[in-house]
Amino acid sequence: MKPAPFDYIRPVSLAEACEVLAGDEDARIIAGGQTLIPMLAMRLARPSRLVDVIRLQELRGIRVEDDAIVIGATTRQAEVERSEEARAALPLLAKALPWVGHPPTRNRGTVGGSIANADPSAEIPLVAVTLGADIEIANTSDRTAMPADDFFIGPMLTAVTPGDCVCAVRFPRWQHARVGTGFHEVSARQSDFAFVAAAAQVALDDDSRCIEATLGLGGIGDRALRIDVSALIGHAPSETAIADIVRAAAKDLEASSDLHASASYRRRVAATLGIRALTDAFAEAASERGAGQ
Amino acid sequence: MKISLKVNGQLREADVEPRKTLLDTLREDFLLVGSHAGCEHGVCGACTVLIDGEPSRSCLMFAVQADGYEITTIEGLAPAPGELSVVQDAFCETHGLQCGYCTPGMVLTAHALLEHNDAPSRDDIVEAISGNICRCTGYGQIVEAVEFAADRLRKTNLPRHARSDANNPGKPPFGGNDALGHGVLTAVQPDTPRGGRA
Repeated sequence: MKPAPFDYIRPVSLAEACEVLAGDEDARIIAGGQTLIPMLAMRLARPSRLVDVIRLQELRGIRVEDDAIVIGATTRQAEVERSEEARAALPLLAKALPWVGHPPTRNRGTVGGSIANADPSAEIPLVAVTLGADIEIANTSDRTAMPADDFFIGPMLTAVTPGDCVCAVRFPRWQHARVGTGFHEVSARQSDFAFVAAAAQVALDDDSRCIEATLGLGGIGDRALRIDVSALIGHAPSETAIADIVRAAAKDLEASSDLHASASYRRRVAATLGIRALTDAFAEAASERGAGQ
Repeated sequence: MKISLKVNGQLREADVEPRKTLLDTLREDFLLVGSHAGCEHGVCGACTVLIDGEPSRSCLMFAVQADGYEITTIEGLAPAPGELSVVQDAFCETHGLQCGYCTPGMVLTAHALLEHNDAPSRDDIVEAISGNICRCTGYGQIVEAVEFAADRLRKTNLPRHARSDANNPGKPPFGGNDALGHGVLTAVQPDTPRGGRA
């Protein structure tokens, strides 16, 4: 369990990191290393050099803006978990983070690392897809943003090309007064890879009618998916109405099958967790006091 | 590549290959073999050390990445040679270890938890040690050890007359004897019952 030899470079700026990456196709970025190092140890990955970006201050930090919260790529998961600002502005991510790995891996693992790794069962990519986050990417020539839906392509596969570096994740902030969230997950053991995870966020008006709703499912197929729950908008749905909408949407999902969970099990659990997450979100939003109350 | 890091309060230097993990560097270059190599891919938690005070897996970090950081290993917890920290002592008292392989990681994880939270609930403790595997499955006593250590640490901040004996709530501590130095935990003598304490 020892990695093959590689060169190690610690650039002092993002520009320098991008230059190194552009000049060597086999170079890989390392930040927290909580997924990459096991892959190196098992020799599933053999990069020629590691570009350590964890100390780049320009990639770090949590910034709350009017309509978004921007989390720098090398911000550690534990930092976001502990941040009051992030918890208030992004309650769905706050609910998902305790499911990410274990406390010791969250102390080193980064938000951008989890996004770039694109594990289909990972919680942070699921929240990014559910909320429609934008992923900011830099390379030697420019800095662009890409919707999470386009960024994630398949298992461990993203639209990032060699030479690119994920710099930040921009999660949209909902402006409504009554917002509720729900997050549920089923795995073999606490904090193990999710068989299925469901994330939901809804907003209600003063009469408790739904103005906005989103539901995302992870672990089920080869990437996190957003489920169409627009039928909820304009209603104050009962639990059975939520269940009917989610079941109808989950019925034909393309699900993967493995030793741990069959495709039909995953579809069934996805529907159940989706219903729970939405129900939680509605209940939480209903308990928030609206502006007119 | 040359690195220098603070290990247990001492500045240490080493010349390591980039692929050498912090764990291997601690064990081979600094001869701190208390950090155990278990799975070497981040699953078992036996190699847990504190990096800038936070528990992390030393097998999931290359020594070159740790350059300049402050590392605490199990060797750095005891206040003096031959003594035990409160958490270590609590593990002994409650039989919180069997084969001992997971113990350094468990103790450091518990130590870090109690630095943040001196009154953890059972759930907090279970969550904190969820990344540390004990294959003797002695989790019951380990959780008990952390609860016991938390209780002791809380009481060290109380005036002596306000403390109660952990095992006999309500009873005056130390049999009511409040003489200077009485009831203070003395240095541990290994291989004697209860660490040589009365």
